[in-house]
Amino acid sequence: MGKMHIKLTVNGKQEELLAEPRELLIHVLRERLGITGPHIGCETSHCGACTVDMDGKSVKSCTVFAAQANGANITTIEGLGNPDGLHVLQQMFKEHHGLQCGFCTPGMITRAWRLLQENPNPTEEDVRFGMAGNLCRCTGYQNIVKAILAAAAELNAAKEAAQ
Amino acid sequence: MNEMTPPKAERAEALKGLGTARKRVEDARFTQGKGNYVDDLKLPGMLFGDFVRSPYAHARVKSINADKAKAIPGVIAVLTADDLRPLNLHWMPTLAGDVQMVLADGKVLFQGQEVAFVVAEDRYIAADAVELVEVEYEELPVVVDPFKAQADDAPVLREDLAGKTEGAHGPRRHHNHIFTWEQGDKDATDAVLGSADVVAEEMVYYHRTHPCPLETCGCVASMDKVNGKLTVHGTFQAPHAVRTVASLISGIAEHNIRIISPDIGGGFGNKVGVYPGYICAIVASIVTGVPVKWVEDRMDNLMATAFARDYWMKGKIAATKDGKITGLWCHVTADHGAFDACADPTKFPAGFFNICTGSYDIPTAYLAVDGIYTNKAPGGVAYRCSFRVTEAAYFIERMIEVLAIELGMDAAELRAKNFIKKEQFPYQSALGWEYDSGDYHTAWDKALSAVGYTELRKEQAERVEAFKRGETRKLLGIGLCHFTEIVGAGPVKNCDILGLGMFDSCEIRIHPTGSAIARLGTISQGQGHATTFAQILASEIGISADDITIEEGDTDTAPYGLGTYGSRSTPVAGAATAMAGRKIRAKAQMIAAYLLEVHDNDVEWDIDRFMVKGAPERFKTMKEIAFASYNQAIPGLEPGLEAVSYYDPPNMTYPFGAYICVMEIDVDTGEHEIRQFYALDDCGTRINPMIIEGQVHGGATEGYAIAMGQELAYDDMGNVKTGTLMDFFIPTSWETPHYTTDHTVTPSPHHPIGAKGVGESPNVGSVPAFSNAVHDAFRPFGLKQAHMPHDHWRIWKIARDLGLHG
Ligand code: FES
Ligand code: FES
Repeated sequence: MGKMHIKLTVNGKQEELLAEPRELLIHVLRERLGITGPHIGCETSHCGACTVDMDGKSVKSCTVFAAQANGANITTIEGLGNPDGLHVLQQMFKEHHGLQCGFCTPGMITRAWRLLQENPNPTEEDVRFGMAGNLCRCTGYQNIVKAILAAAAELNAAKEAAQ
Repeated sequence: MNEMTPPKAERAEALKGLGTARKRVEDARFTQGKGNYVDDLKLPGMLFGDFVRSPYAHARVKSINADKAKAIPGVIAVLTADDLRPLNLHWMPTLAGDVQMVLADGKVLFQGQEVAFVVAEDRYIAADAVELVEVEYEELPVVVDPFKAQADDAPVLREDLAGKTEGAHGPRRHHNHIFTWEQGDKDATDAVLGSADVVAEEMVYYHRTHPCPLETCGCVASMDKVNGKLTVHGTFQAPHAVRTVASLISGIAEHNIRIISPDIGGGFGNKVGVYPGYICAIVASIVTGVPVKWVEDRMDNLMATAFARDYWMKGKIAATKDGKITGLWCHVTADHGAFDACADPTKFPAGFFNICTGSYDIPTAYLAVDGIYTNKAPGGVAYRCSFRVTEAAYFIERMIEVLAIELGMDAAELRAKNFIKKEQFPYQSALGWEYDSGDYHTAWDKALSAVGYTELRKEQAERVEAFKRGETRKLLGIGLCHFTEIVGAGPVKNCDILGLGMFDSCEIRIHPTGSAIARLGTISQGQGHATTFAQILASEIGISADDITIEEGDTDTAPYGLGTYGSRSTPVAGAATAMAGRKIRAKAQMIAAYLLEVHDNDVEWDIDRFMVKGAPERFKTMKEIAFASYNQAIPGLEPGLEAVSYYDPPNMTYPFGAYICVMEIDVDTGEHEIRQFYALDDCGTRINPMIIEGQVHGGATEGYAIAMGQELAYDDMGNVKTGTLMDFFIPTSWETPHYTTDHTVTPSPHHPIGAKGVGESPNVGSVPAFSNAVHDAFRPFGLKQAHMPHDHWRIWKIARDLGLHG
């Protein structure tokens, strides 16, 4: 099958590769670029384990062709924290026991990261609704919701302090 | 006290031992996407395997032609049963004493069955090749109903068993019959039923579902032809057992097999069994000489690996007029699918279903279970429960409700009247178990008052009146459940899997600078073992949990153990950890005495040190002792500080709990809303309250799914109707209820630290609570029994059938 020349920015880094038009973004990330944070839980857009951020939107990368991602700016879980420390969301997931097996976690946090930009002051309902595209089999969500609300509060407090 | 010695409380806190809500050490890596799951593994030259699966539930395989598939560039091989036959690997033993086809041998017996294994350079090429393998089938009549499967003229499913009247668990009485398992006293139970004041009778069905962890099953098999060593990384809940089984069936010496369970993305019983994918990947690696990866997709997972439940439970429960239960009778028709691949201890073909007398003092009982073959996938695993315990708990908790209706009694009162009393423990049940400890009345009273039970009943009665007056279309259901679990298999004398005794193990090494590593025979799938086992150890050996590494899952380094399922990690491996810790402490005592120049008996343990009795200023901390063990020649003692313990528990443990669900039901749409869910768990000594709470939330959410919509449904042709997450219900954060957790503490008398295990209680306890809430809402209108899952459509049908739609 003919290959396409694709350019992407992933976590701030320019990437260029040849991919079949049918190749899925999740496979490009995981198998070609070695970015294994986003996981595969269903390949049918239901579970959200593969969630990444593409040009300012949460997307399920199992349902995006690499070809569609040509020229896009992608952020994955690996791009959230920095070598010196965890992102507030990552800290709060740990603090509030928002994960168990960890398989949904990268997708969860990446989605929550976008959610809190879309809505910096969410209610519990907002969080439960805004996270409904990401399934977790272990936690029952209660502590995930708690972690996201706590992160929102922290981020807002930091913002206020900076002003 | 020495001025330099911090107070006891401070030192104890620094250990982060038992009872601390210690944050998880696993989380730093998981939250950063640095977990190491099997599909993350990429080995040089690695190939990718994928299955051609049967579209039919029952068919003869006339021919397989892989020529077109093999012609695609990048396809390395296509394996069929004929290729595996010379190695005698076309069939494999199951954990239940049956055999299962690895690849279709002449026929297929369920939709999704493995027919051929394609090996290719990447997963896309493999998928293309799967499409091009031409299989010619001849359809055969399909049986998906375990009752119809027992008809005289029912199609013969297992031709390989023709003429075999004796199975792994005794006589077979029909060509689709697997076993009959009987417990208790039949004649005595019949006599009690015959003369009882009241007998309530019901058929309770616990439908087929699936553990569906977010990560599917998979492995990477790698045969190193140079040194003859086979390494298999995979999603294994029992890595050592897999190694032994792999050795027995492949003929490769056990020391030349290394099984590694990396991070596992949830198991819930799905990852206990041995699947054709593992065998095929291993064979393919041996044949090609390079690593081969096989990872299921979600459809493969739901269709082919490890369903759970599917128990038809007919019950009769006898009582006096005033509600004292006198006897219980139960017959189960167990649909095992096409091969008996249940993951139960060998002597228990229906697991521990004989815990079905539940929390009640029932003097006389009888149970019979018939295992039946049908054209469905094999499995029958314990989906976040101990072996068949959730089925048992659902059965008895439904029978109690049915009896309450028969007696016209409040179901909470009926339970309290029949609980085993605190002073009756250890309690011998009529079906053969010895319950270790419990205090059911205390837990029950606490639960009832926490939810305001009396007021709720009043509100419910008012609601019914308002409904009848046409003022509301919503009903209120109060779902009660008091469950008793049986976990921690188990005593080696009666629990084994494939002849391997179900002990577990821990090996500890203390380093010279006073930190430590402990290795166990279990494997975490999200339970946080690296966190909690370090806590058990910290309290035993006085070294901070932060200074203890926990390692599991590599059979080359970990001591032999039977793995993690059936809530056995804490009861068995947790006990082994404590016992190994005690061995360390015993040696440390001798070293301390030597260093302090006193007799062994003149020093005593004080949190993180040994001190001279009566002279607390004279002590040696564990750090000092650790160093001394490496740098001093102590007469009569070997250098170093290490210990290993293989723990064979004297009994199982019996965690219990009281769960209450308050549910609003819309009669016209069948929709429900969980207003309150209260979960009280008693898991004995609590190791980490934060992790316990998380386990309860997660287990209860699985229970919510199962009770309210999750189902592995088949049509009459044996087609799987719920093969994707579109149809197979997994609740999102939106539907999932909020949980209130609570606890009482009744330690296990025989466990070294009194812990009982908790991971599975919430699944066991919540399913009856949710289901009973639905039933309870309709009880005033005459509903006795409605089968799960209670999705909107089915609830709507209940209302319609009761004439509530006007
Ligand atoms: S893998 Fe993409 S949504 Fe499940
Ligand atoms: S933590 Fe296991 S799926 Fe969410």
